[in-house]
Amino acid sequence: MRTRVVIAGYGMAGARLAEEIRRRDPAGERVAIVAVGDEPHPPYNRVLLSNVLAGAMSAESVRLQEEGWAAAHGVEVRRGRAVVSVDRAGRGVALDDGTWVGYDVLVLATGARAWVPPVEGLTGDDGGLAPGVATFRTLDDCAAIAAGARGGARVAVLGGGLLGLEAARGLAARGNAVTVVHPNGHLMERQLDHGAGHVLARVLRGLGVRVLLNSRAARYLPGDGLKLDDGRLVAADLVVVAAGVRPQTAQASAAGLAVDGGVLVDDDLRTSDPLIHAIGDCARHPGTVPGLVQPAWEQAAALAALLTGGRSPYRGTKVVTRLKASGVDLAALGDVHAAPDDPRAEVLWLSEPSRGRYAKLVVRDERVAGAIALGVPDAAAAITQFYDRGLPVPPDRLALLLGRAMPYGEGAAPGGGAAGLPGTSVVCRCNAVSKDKLVAAWRSGARDLTALASATRATTGCGTCTDTVCGIARWLAQSEKAEAAGTAHAQS
Amino acid sequence: MRAATSTRPADAAVGAAVDTHCPYCALQCGMTLSPAGRTSVRVRPRDPSAGGLCQKGWTAAALLGSPARLTTPLLRNGGTLRPASWDEALGLVARRIKEIVAERGPDAVAVFGGGGLTNEKAYLLGKFARVALGTSQVDYNGRFCMSSAAAAAHRAFGLDRGLPFPLADLDGADAVLLAGANPAETMPPFLSHLRRAMDAGGLIVVDPRRTPTAERAALHLAPAPGTDLALALGILHAAVADGRVDHAYVGDRTTGFEEAWRPAAAWWPERVERVTGVAAADQRRAAAILAEAASAYVLTARGAEQHATGVDTVGAWINLALALGLPGRLGSGWGCLTGQGNGQGGREHGQKADQLPGYRRIDDPAARAHVARVWGVEPSVLPGPGRSAFELLDALGTSGGPSALLVFGSNPVVSAPHSARVADRLAALDLLVVSDIVLSETARAADAVLPITQWAEEDGTLTNLEGRVLLRRRALAPPPGVRTDLEVLHDLAVRLGQPPERFPTDPETVFTELRAASEGGPADYSGVTWDRLRAGERLHWPVPRQPGHQGTPRLFLDRFAHPDGRARFAVVDHTGPAEPPDEEFPLYAITGRVLQHYQSGAQTRRVEELRAAVPEAYVEVHPDTARRAGLRDGAAAAVVGRRGRVLATVRCVPSMRPDVVFLPFHFPGAQRANLVTNPALDPVSRMPEFKVCAVRLSAAGEREAQ
Repeated sequence: MRTRVVIAGYGMAGARLAEEIRRRDPAGERVAIVAVGDEPHPPYNRVLLSNVLAGAMSAESVRLQEEGWAAAHGVEVRRGRAVVSVDRAGRGVALDDGTWVGYDVLVLATGARAWVPPVEGLTGDDGGLAPGVATFRTLDDCAAIAAGARGGARVAVLGGGLLGLEAARGLAARGNAVTVVHPNGHLMERQLDHGAGHVLARVLRGLGVRVLLNSRAARYLPGDGLKLDDGRLVAADLVVVAAGVRPQTAQASAAGLAVDGGVLVDDDLRTSDPLIHAIGDCARHPGTVPGLVQPAWEQAAALAALLTGGRSPYRGTKVVTRLKASGVDLAALGDVHAAPDDPRAEVLWLSEPSRGRYAKLVVRDERVAGAIALGVPDAAAAITQFYDRGLPVPPDRLALLLGRAMPYGEGAAPGGGAAGLPGTSVVCRCNAVSKDKLVAAWRSGARDLTALASATRATTGCGTCTDTVCGIARWLAQSEKAEAAGTAHAQS
Repeated sequence: MRAATSTRPADAAVGAAVDTHCPYCALQCGMTLSPAGRTSVRVRPRDPSAGGLCQKGWTAAALLGSPARLTTPLLRNGGTLRPASWDEALGLVARRIKEIVAERGPDAVAVFGGGGLTNEKAYLLGKFARVALGTSQVDYNGRFCMSSAAAAAHRAFGLDRGLPFPLADLDGADAVLLAGANPAETMPPFLSHLRRAMDAGGLIVVDPRRTPTAERAALHLAPAPGTDLALALGILHAAVADGRVDHAYVGDRTTGFEEAWRPAAAWWPERVERVTGVAAADQRRAAAILAEAASAYVLTARGAEQHATGVDTVGAWINLALALGLPGRLGSGWGCLTGQGNGQGGREHGQKADQLPGYRRIDDPAARAHVARVWGVEPSVLPGPGRSAFELLDALGTSGGPSALLVFGSNPVVSAPHSARVADRLAALDLLVVSDIVLSETARAADAVLPITQWAEEDGTLTNLEGRVLLRRRALAPPPGVRTDLEVLHDLAVRLGQPPERFPTDPETVFTELRAASEGGPADYSGVTWDRLRAGERLHWPVPRQPGHQGTPRLFLDRFAHPDGRARFAVVDHTGPAEPPDEEFPLYAITGRVLQHYQSGAQTRRVEELRAAVPEAYVEVHPDTARRAGLRDGAAAAVVGRRGRVLATVRCVPSMRPDVVFLPFHFPGAQRANLVTNPALDPVSRMPEFKVCAVRLSAAGEREAQ
């Protein structure tokens, strides 16, 4: 008897769940899948929308699945349809076309919806967005923004969070004059401390993005732009709203499921109804925060295991925020707000605003508790590895904070460096010839490259040490000459 | 009758200087050997301007007159190996083989070959197995070497030749990405070909360890072990996102980009960074360096291949090269740095479980008919495909597996993964026969040991990493009492009832037969003659038997070898190592070579200068990791994994990743790195996952350290 699984929502979480189930049950012997997705497109990778906006990728290239994948894998997809209500007693969902789909297990993967702040004029009488206003959440949004940004249009981005900045950077790269309007005192305040937010603003300004902090939009004036609450006007032909998202939980709430800033789930991604699960942005698990793809994909894998007869409980995801904006390398993770005088933490902190660098490392109990790495990509990569695996951090914290700037072994310096080279350092690796060996050979009469090579085999492998060997020969000749001159001087 | 070699022209050279090649790696550096007493020769680089020699090459002659040389057959008698005559030894081996075949059928006798054997030996060994023994159970240590690259190249291009272009083409490269290759130690003179790339800031090295090669790189990408595939996908993703794909090339010369892009689309650089530890910015830079260079190459080696996902990992690097439009164009490309001396030729002439000479498939009726005709047998007598190397070793002495094994040119007790298991399996055999020049660890376990000639004492051909056929020349008479592998095969075949002329002992005669057997196959040698090689012709296969055919230095310039002429992108995704670290075994162990030693070390550990330089196993570890295990530099450590423990001396290396330990694999006994390695196999190539397993580090016990 196959379990009939209905997936409400066929975006990044829902489509991944279908794939993960089919990875474990390729022939559909255990699980039948019906997926309901309200977008007209095949599922696509939302993470890559900033590439689409910047013109680097086509809509086609961000698709998550091959054309025909669902049919080939026995997944029934109701595209362009939404679940309007859940009938828990009758174990079925009603769709917006009036059809009814029965389930054994229901998975809510309805995601989140862009939130539009109550600013006068942003929405029309019908509740839809006014002309010249777009959100940044879907492929259709990208198309709308691209259309509105044509011809060097001036753009105001409402919201200086992750998505807003990615949109702003992408549009600036297309040649638009972009202004970010952000209500808080610094950018990305959820993920960054004050200092990092300021360096980030400086970096973005350097890339041609105007950043207005502590600024609230009061009114949208079509054709003019955004009127701020302090009376200033941000001239704009297009307003991109990136003020955050809200999980889509209306149907779950209506069905009486426990909802609190998301449909509440346990480690089996189970809601308060044991036959209903939730994953992705619409779900709320205590071990992670919504809005990022990695938790959604890990949840999909865990739930697929459960639905195909196994179990691998979801314990949460350590969140690392990466801004995807060309020319800006930013990673933030964990507790970034600890102050240098925090008695329970070691806080290292470095700021170089003129070069767009800011690095902060918070260590607790020998583990990375939080970090910000702006403009220091090596540090971002290294710290993330320690954070993800819970590895004890190196005693040399500064080396970790600086990334690759750790003291590696000395290299053989060519030419002029010959004098300072340690005697034991290997000059010719192919034949394991040290500087000491070369010096000894010189003293035994090998006075040029050929003689040194035949005495020691140095340079006879790949030959890339030839310059260094010549440098050592020159250095020895010079020091011999100097010695001779010194002797002559003493004699005179 | 043994061939009277002293009357042949090649032998006229004995006593004078002889041009030949190094006995070790696939670079096969040219050397000139001149007489130095009766038992040795003096080694010089043949043409220093075209590349020199490393320490292994310079000291290669030390093994010729070494007291470690075997000069008489040995038979196990009362538990110990004792000298025996050739007649006794061969007679016993033949008799036992006949008994075992009579009792259990031909597949009860297995053959294990090596990638160091000459083309002639590899060819005759495969023929011996299929015709004289009638067994399907033949494979070789090349399965542990480059089988993943071979399979990936077949899939992508329809043909596998390590470098599909001459080595010297790399001299003009502005950018070279080396994935899992450490040529500064494994084939040192190779670095001379990377000078331009190094000077141009175009050398990119992918290696979890900061190797001597990585130290020369402008960009060193150090992924967590077992995450190379994700890294390749990340760089491909960066290339797409940053508009660096050669769309015209992809459209004209390839198929499958869209399908391959789908999994790569899910590996954006920031996600890859999280899995690999390689900064997203560095992934983008790697894509930029390769795409912006006028002449760029992607080269892969064991680090990419020796994984349970080795074929897909190499496929991911080939995908990158294809997206950038590199393969099949003059001045750019993808290639595999083959490891063993005849790693290329050894995989083409029929010692592999699924192959017949000429790189033909043993399950292809046309190939079977062709080869059977050359061999003078009915196609129906040729067995089908047999077990792959580790599966073969793993089955020895089991109820369904072979109970006799003949080993030529290999030392699996040291070189096979999970080596304690392999030693157990060898011990369970009714008959183990080892042909070698010294008493290797595998020979020590044998019932019969057959002493044979080595490099400077024999003629033959090898095919180097660029698919060029090279002549190995005899410079010295072998010590009395040893025979060539060809003679051993001949003598055994005759005792097993084969007509003597079917197993010639003269290598040039064998080569002539090999030419016919390879004719029309993918690796077609039919136009290669020893006379052409003696005359100094540089012949890259295929060399069909056509008047004036000069060989094929560059493959794929006009079309790839698939029927539609297009290269194929591979649909590959990252899954990670078969045995990731966990709480009990929190570290990754990775394995590799040191400059002074070669493979299982059977040869190089017996060369005093090399042994003195690196006398024993060591474990490279980050100082913090050593300290946490209570160990200091120079301490005796045990590297403990699920399958065993390796004893090694601690070397603290600050550039190591703190989650990784490195073990060189050249040492015997309790120092065998392969006591811990994981025999998880690639589903296509059957390559074991030598390059990553989970371990912990502890102090060696007092008893063990002694």
